[in-house]
Amino acid sequence: MTSEKSYTGWYFLLIVIAIYAIVLFIAPDKVLKSLGVFVGIIVKVIPIIVLVFILMAVTNYFIKPSFLVKIMGKKSGVLGWIIAIITGIISTGPIYMWYPLLADLKKKGVRQGLIATFLYNRAIKIPLLPMIILYFGLPYTIILTIVMMIISVIQGLIIEKLVGVKK
Amino acid sequence: MNLDKQKLKQSVAKAGKALWNSFPILLGVILLVSIITVLIPTSAYSFLFRNNFFDSLMGSTLGSILAGNPITSYIIGGELISQGISLVAVTAFIVAWVTVGLVQLPAESMLLGKRFAITRNITAFILAIVVAVITVGVLTLI
Repeated sequence: MTSEKSYTGWYFLLIVIAIYAIVLFIAPDKVLKSLGVFVGIIVKVIPIIVLVFILMAVTNYFIKPSFLVKIMGKKSGVLGWIIAIITGIISTGPIYMWYPLLADLKKKGVRQGLIATFLYNRAIKIPLLPMIILYFGLPYTIILTIVMMIISVIQGLIIEKLVGVKK
Repeated sequence: MNLDKQKLKQSVAKAGKALWNSFPILLGVILLVSIITVLIPTSAYSFLFRNNFFDSLMGSTLGSILAGNPITSYIIGGELISQGISLVAVTAFIVAWVTVGLVQLPAESMLLGKRFAITRNITAFILAIVVAVITVGVLTLI
Protein backbone atom coordinates (compact mmCIF):
# COMPACT_ATOMS: atom_id res chain seq x y z
CA MET A 1 0.00 0.00 0.00
CA THR A 2 2.79 2.37 0.95
CA SER A 3 4.71 1.79 -2.25
CA GLU A 4 1.51 2.12 -4.28
CA LYS A 5 0.88 5.51 -2.74
CA SER A 6 4.43 6.73 -3.12
CA TYR A 7 4.44 5.69 -6.80
CA THR A 8 1.29 7.73 -7.32
CA GLY A 9 3.18 10.71 -5.97
CA TRP A 10 6.09 10.15 -8.34
CA TYR A 11 3.72 9.76 -11.31
CA PHE A 12 2.12 13.02 -10.30
CA LEU A 13 5.51 14.73 -10.15
CA LEU A 14 6.40 13.31 -13.60
CA ILE A 15 3.15 14.71 -15.04
CA VAL A 16 3.96 18.14 -13.59
CA ILE A 17 7.49 17.98 -15.04
CA ALA A 18 5.95 17.03 -18.39
CA ILE A 19 3.73 20.12 -18.17
CA TYR A 20 6.86 22.21 -17.58
CA ALA A 21 8.52 20.58 -20.60
CA ILE A 22 5.53 21.41 -22.81
CA VAL A 23 5.40 25.01 -21.58
CA LEU A 24 9.18 25.26 -22.10
CA PHE A 25 8.61 24.64 -25.82
CA ILE A 26 5.77 27.13 -26.11
CA ALA A 27 6.88 29.91 -23.77
CA PRO A 28 10.35 29.44 -22.19
CA ASP A 29 10.08 32.75 -20.29
CA LYS A 30 6.99 31.47 -18.43
CA VAL A 31 8.95 28.47 -17.15
CA LEU A 32 11.71 30.74 -15.90
CA LYS A 33 9.14 32.93 -14.15
CA SER A 34 7.45 29.85 -12.65
CA LEU A 35 10.76 28.57 -11.29
CA GLY A 36 11.25 31.97 -9.66
CA VAL A 37 7.87 31.63 -7.93
CA PHE A 38 8.79 28.03 -7.03
CA VAL A 39 12.03 29.07 -5.30
CA GLY A 40 10.10 31.74 -3.40
CA ILE A 41 7.62 29.19 -2.03
CA ILE A 42 10.39 26.67 -1.19
CA VAL A 43 12.35 29.26 0.80
CA LYS A 44 9.19 30.04 2.78
CA VAL A 45 8.39 26.38 3.41
CA ILE A 46 11.77 24.76 4.23
CA PRO A 47 12.09 25.92 7.86
CA ILE A 48 8.60 24.67 8.61
CA ILE A 49 9.29 21.32 6.94
CA VAL A 50 12.28 20.92 9.26
CA LEU A 51 10.09 21.76 12.25
CA VAL A 52 7.40 19.34 11.08
CA PHE A 53 10.04 16.61 10.72
CA ILE A 54 11.29 17.13 14.28
CA LEU A 55 7.75 17.18 15.74
CA MET A 56 6.82 14.03 13.79
CA ALA A 57 9.86 12.17 15.10
CA VAL A 58 9.09 13.28 18.66
CA THR A 59 5.45 12.15 18.30
CA ASN A 60 6.59 8.80 16.90
CA TYR A 61 8.97 8.34 19.82
CA PHE A 62 6.52 9.06 22.60
CA ILE A 63 3.20 7.69 21.29
CA LYS A 64 2.89 3.93 20.73
CA PRO A 65 0.29 2.58 18.26
CA SER A 66 -0.56 -0.16 20.78
CA PHE A 67 -1.46 2.56 23.29
CA LEU A 68 -3.86 4.06 20.76
CA VAL A 69 -5.40 0.63 20.09
CA LYS A 70 -5.92 0.08 23.80
CA ILE A 71 -7.76 3.30 24.50
CA MET A 72 -9.71 3.30 21.22
CA GLY A 73 -10.76 -0.32 21.61
CA LYS A 74 -12.89 0.31 24.64
CA LYS A 75 -16.50 1.20 23.97
CA SER A 76 -17.55 4.16 26.02
CA GLY A 77 -19.92 7.10 25.99
CA VAL A 78 -18.64 10.65 26.23
CA LEU A 79 -15.16 9.31 26.99
CA GLY A 80 -15.20 7.39 23.69
CA TRP A 81 -15.82 10.58 21.72
CA ILE A 82 -13.10 12.40 23.63
CA ILE A 83 -10.68 9.53 23.00
CA ALA A 84 -11.62 9.47 19.29
CA ILE A 85 -10.96 13.22 19.05
CA ILE A 86 -7.65 13.10 20.91
CA THR A 87 -6.28 10.00 19.16
CA GLY A 88 -7.39 11.40 15.80
CA ILE A 89 -5.39 14.53 16.50
CA ILE A 90 -2.24 12.86 17.82
CA SER A 91 -2.06 10.09 15.21
CA THR A 92 0.48 10.73 12.47
CA GLY A 93 1.22 9.53 8.94
CA PRO A 94 -0.93 9.22 5.83
CA ILE A 95 -4.62 8.57 6.48
CA TYR A 96 -4.68 5.29 4.56
CA MET A 97 -2.10 3.83 6.94
CA TRP A 98 -4.80 3.88 9.61
CA TYR A 99 -7.51 2.04 7.64
CA PRO A 100 -6.24 -1.47 8.52
CA LEU A 101 -6.05 -0.61 12.22
CA LEU A 102 -9.51 0.99 12.13
CA ALA A 103 -10.93 -2.02 10.29
CA ASP A 104 -9.48 -4.20 13.04
CA LEU A 105 -10.98 -1.98 15.74
CA LYS A 106 -14.33 -2.06 13.96
CA LYS A 107 -14.26 -5.85 14.03
CA LYS A 108 -13.46 -5.71 17.72
CA GLY A 109 -16.58 -3.64 18.30
CA VAL A 110 -15.60 -0.01 18.09
CA ARG A 111 -18.53 2.21 17.11
CA GLN A 112 -18.49 3.45 13.49
CA GLY A 113 -19.21 6.95 14.70
CA LEU A 114 -15.99 6.92 16.70
CA ILE A 115 -14.05 5.83 13.62
CA ALA A 116 -15.59 8.66 11.59
CA THR A 117 -14.77 11.12 14.39
CA PHE A 118 -11.21 9.79 14.54
CA LEU A 119 -10.81 10.25 10.77
CA TYR A 120 -12.25 13.77 10.88
CA ASN A 121 -9.84 14.85 13.59
CA ARG A 122 -6.88 13.68 11.57
CA ALA A 123 -7.40 17.04 9.89
CA ILE A 124 -6.06 18.70 13.03
CA LYS A 125 -2.39 17.90 13.27
CA ILE A 126 -0.28 19.29 16.09
CA PRO A 127 3.00 19.20 14.11
CA LEU A 128 1.28 21.12 11.30
CA LEU A 129 -0.12 23.86 13.54
CA PRO A 130 2.90 26.18 13.08
CA MET A 131 2.35 25.94 9.34
CA ILE A 132 -1.35 26.75 9.44
CA ILE A 133 -0.69 29.59 11.92
CA LEU A 134 1.93 30.99 9.54
CA TYR A 135 -0.49 30.94 6.64
CA PHE A 136 -3.76 31.89 8.34
CA GLY A 137 -2.96 33.37 11.74
CA LEU A 138 -3.44 32.18 15.34
CA PRO A 139 -7.10 33.22 15.97
CA TYR A 140 -8.18 31.48 12.76
CA THR A 141 -6.27 28.32 13.70
CA ILE A 142 -7.80 28.18 17.19
CA ILE A 143 -11.36 28.72 15.94
CA LEU A 144 -10.97 26.22 13.08
CA THR A 145 -9.58 23.59 15.45
CA ILE A 146 -12.44 23.97 17.94
CA VAL A 147 -15.11 24.03 15.21
CA MET A 148 -13.63 20.89 13.64
CA MET A 149 -13.60 19.03 16.96
CA ILE A 150 -17.30 19.80 17.50
CA ILE A 151 -18.23 18.97 13.91
CA SER A 152 -16.28 15.68 14.12
CA VAL A 153 -18.66 14.46 16.85
CA ILE A 154 -21.67 15.66 14.84
CA GLN A 155 -20.36 13.72 11.85
CA GLY A 156 -19.87 10.63 13.99
CA LEU A 157 -23.49 10.86 15.15
CA ILE A 158 -24.75 11.44 11.58
CA ILE A 159 -22.78 8.41 10.36
CA GLU A 160 -24.28 6.23 13.07
CA LYS A 161 -27.78 7.46 12.14
CA LEU A 162 -27.22 6.79 8.43
CA VAL A 163 -25.06 3.66 8.54
CA GLY A 164 -26.25 2.22 11.83
CA VAL A 165 -24.53 1.61 15.13
CA LYS A 166 -22.38 -1.50 14.92
CA LYS A 167 -21.45 -3.00 18.20
CA MET B 1 15.89 11.31 30.92
CA ASN B 2 17.10 8.12 29.28
CA LEU B 3 16.58 7.95 25.57
CA ASP B 4 16.17 4.61 23.86
CA LYS B 5 18.60 5.05 20.95
CA GLN B 6 17.10 2.29 18.83
CA LYS B 7 13.59 3.64 19.32
CA LEU B 8 14.74 7.17 18.63
CA LYS B 9 16.37 5.98 15.41
CA GLN B 10 13.12 4.28 14.37
CA SER B 11 11.07 7.36 15.22
CA VAL B 12 13.33 9.59 13.16
CA ALA B 13 13.37 7.08 10.29
CA LYS B 14 9.56 6.84 10.37
CA ALA B 15 9.22 10.62 10.29
CA GLY B 16 11.74 10.80 7.46
CA LYS B 17 9.90 8.12 5.54
CA ALA B 18 6.55 9.84 6.01
CA LEU B 19 8.02 13.08 4.71
CA TRP B 20 9.82 11.30 1.87
CA ASN B 21 6.54 9.65 0.81
CA SER B 22 4.89 13.03 0.52
CA PHE B 23 7.98 14.59 -1.09
CA PRO B 24 7.08 14.04 -4.79
CA ILE B 25 3.51 15.19 -4.19
CA LEU B 26 4.68 18.23 -2.26
CA LEU B 27 7.29 19.12 -4.86
CA GLY B 28 4.84 18.48 -7.70
CA VAL B 29 2.16 20.63 -6.13
CA ILE B 30 4.55 23.51 -5.42
CA LEU B 31 5.76 23.31 -9.03
CA LEU B 32 2.16 23.17 -10.23
CA VAL B 33 1.13 26.10 -8.05
CA SER B 34 4.12 28.08 -9.38
CA ILE B 35 3.32 27.51 -13.04
CA ILE B 36 -0.42 28.07 -12.53
CA THR B 37 0.36 31.36 -10.76
CA VAL B 38 2.33 32.47 -13.82
CA LEU B 39 0.08 31.04 -16.55
CA ILE B 40 -3.41 31.67 -15.17
CA PRO B 41 -4.22 35.28 -14.31
CA THR B 42 -6.01 36.15 -11.06
CA SER B 43 -9.12 37.06 -13.03
CA ALA B 44 -9.57 33.37 -13.90
CA TYR B 45 -9.81 32.49 -10.21
CA SER B 46 -12.15 35.31 -9.40
CA PHE B 47 -14.28 33.96 -12.24
CA LEU B 48 -14.37 30.50 -10.57
CA PHE B 49 -15.02 31.97 -7.13
CA ARG B 50 -17.63 34.69 -7.34
CA ASN B 51 -20.17 34.83 -4.53
CA ASN B 52 -19.89 33.38 -1.03
CA PHE B 53 -22.10 30.32 -1.38
CA PHE B 54 -20.66 29.02 -4.63
CA ASP B 55 -17.20 29.98 -3.40
CA SER B 56 -17.40 27.52 -0.54
CA LEU B 57 -18.96 24.88 -2.79
CA MET B 58 -16.11 25.33 -5.26
CA GLY B 59 -13.57 25.23 -2.44
CA SER B 60 -15.01 22.04 -1.00
CA THR B 61 -15.13 20.43 -4.45
CA LEU B 62 -11.53 21.33 -5.26
CA GLY B 63 -10.42 20.09 -1.85
CA SER B 64 -12.26 16.81 -2.31
CA ILE B 65 -10.73 16.08 -5.69
CA LEU B 66 -7.20 17.07 -4.78
CA ALA B 67 -5.40 15.08 -2.10
CA GLY B 68 -2.09 14.80 -0.32
CA ASN B 69 -0.27 16.18 2.66
CA PRO B 70 -2.23 18.86 4.55
CA ILE B 71 0.81 21.16 4.19
CA THR B 72 0.13 21.23 0.46
CA SER B 73 -3.41 22.46 1.07
CA TYR B 74 -2.11 25.29 3.27
CA ILE B 75 0.30 26.33 0.54
CA ILE B 76 -2.43 26.32 -2.12
CA GLY B 77 -4.85 27.97 0.33
CA GLY B 78 -2.31 30.68 1.12
CA GLU B 79 -1.77 31.29 -2.58
CA LEU B 80 -5.53 31.44 -3.21
CA ILE B 81 -5.96 34.02 -0.44
CA SER B 82 -3.15 36.15 -1.83
CA GLN B 83 -5.06 36.07 -5.10
CA GLY B 84 -8.14 37.49 -3.42
CA ILE B 85 -10.22 34.36 -2.95
CA SER B 86 -12.51 34.48 0.11
CA LEU B 87 -11.45 32.89 3.40
CA VAL B 88 -14.69 30.84 3.48
CA ALA B 89 -13.82 29.21 0.16
CA VAL B 90 -10.22 28.58 1.18
CA THR B 91 -11.31 27.13 4.55
CA ALA B 92 -13.79 24.79 2.84
CA PHE B 93 -10.93 23.84 0.55
CA ILE B 94 -8.41 22.96 3.28
CA VAL B 95 -11.03 21.16 5.40
CA ALA B 96 -12.30 19.08 2.46
CA TRP B 97 -8.69 18.36 1.50
CA VAL B 98 -8.15 16.30 4.66
CA THR B 99 -11.66 15.08 5.46
CA VAL B 100 -12.84 14.05 1.98
CA GLY B 101 -10.61 11.66 0.05
CA LEU B 102 -11.75 10.66 -3.42
CA VAL B 103 -8.31 9.16 -4.04
CA GLN B 104 -8.48 7.06 -0.87
CA LEU B 105 -12.16 6.15 -1.31
CA PRO B 106 -11.48 2.68 -2.82
CA ALA B 107 -9.15 1.78 0.06
CA GLU B 108 -11.57 3.16 2.63
CA SER B 109 -14.46 1.23 1.06
CA MET B 110 -12.52 -2.02 1.04
CA LEU B 111 -11.38 -1.78 4.64
CA LEU B 112 -14.15 0.06 6.44
CA GLY B 113 -17.15 -0.80 4.28
CA LYS B 114 -18.63 0.81 1.18
CA ARG B 115 -21.65 2.31 2.94
CA PHE B 116 -19.50 3.78 5.69
CA ALA B 117 -16.92 5.22 3.27
CA ILE B 118 -19.44 6.79 0.90
CA THR B 119 -21.60 8.22 3.70
CA ARG B 120 -18.54 9.55 5.51
CA ASN B 121 -17.15 11.26 2.41
CA ILE B 122 -20.47 12.82 1.35
CA THR B 123 -21.19 14.17 4.85
CA ALA B 124 -17.59 15.40 5.16
CA PHE B 125 -17.99 17.27 1.86
CA ILE B 126 -21.07 19.12 3.15
CA LEU B 127 -19.57 19.63 6.60
CA ALA B 128 -16.45 21.24 5.09
CA ILE B 129 -18.70 24.11 3.98
CA VAL B 130 -20.42 24.21 7.39
CA VAL B 131 -17.03 24.34 9.17
CA ALA B 132 -15.85 27.10 6.82
CA VAL B 133 -18.94 29.25 7.33
CA ILE B 134 -18.88 28.85 11.14
CA THR B 135 -15.11 29.42 11.42
CA VAL B 136 -15.09 32.56 9.31
CA GLY B 137 -18.33 33.72 10.94
CA VAL B 138 -16.85 33.45 14.44
CA LEU B 139 -13.60 35.03 13.26
CA THR B 140 -15.51 38.02 11.90
CA LEU B 141 -17.52 38.37 15.11
CA ILE B 142 -14.52 38.60 17.45
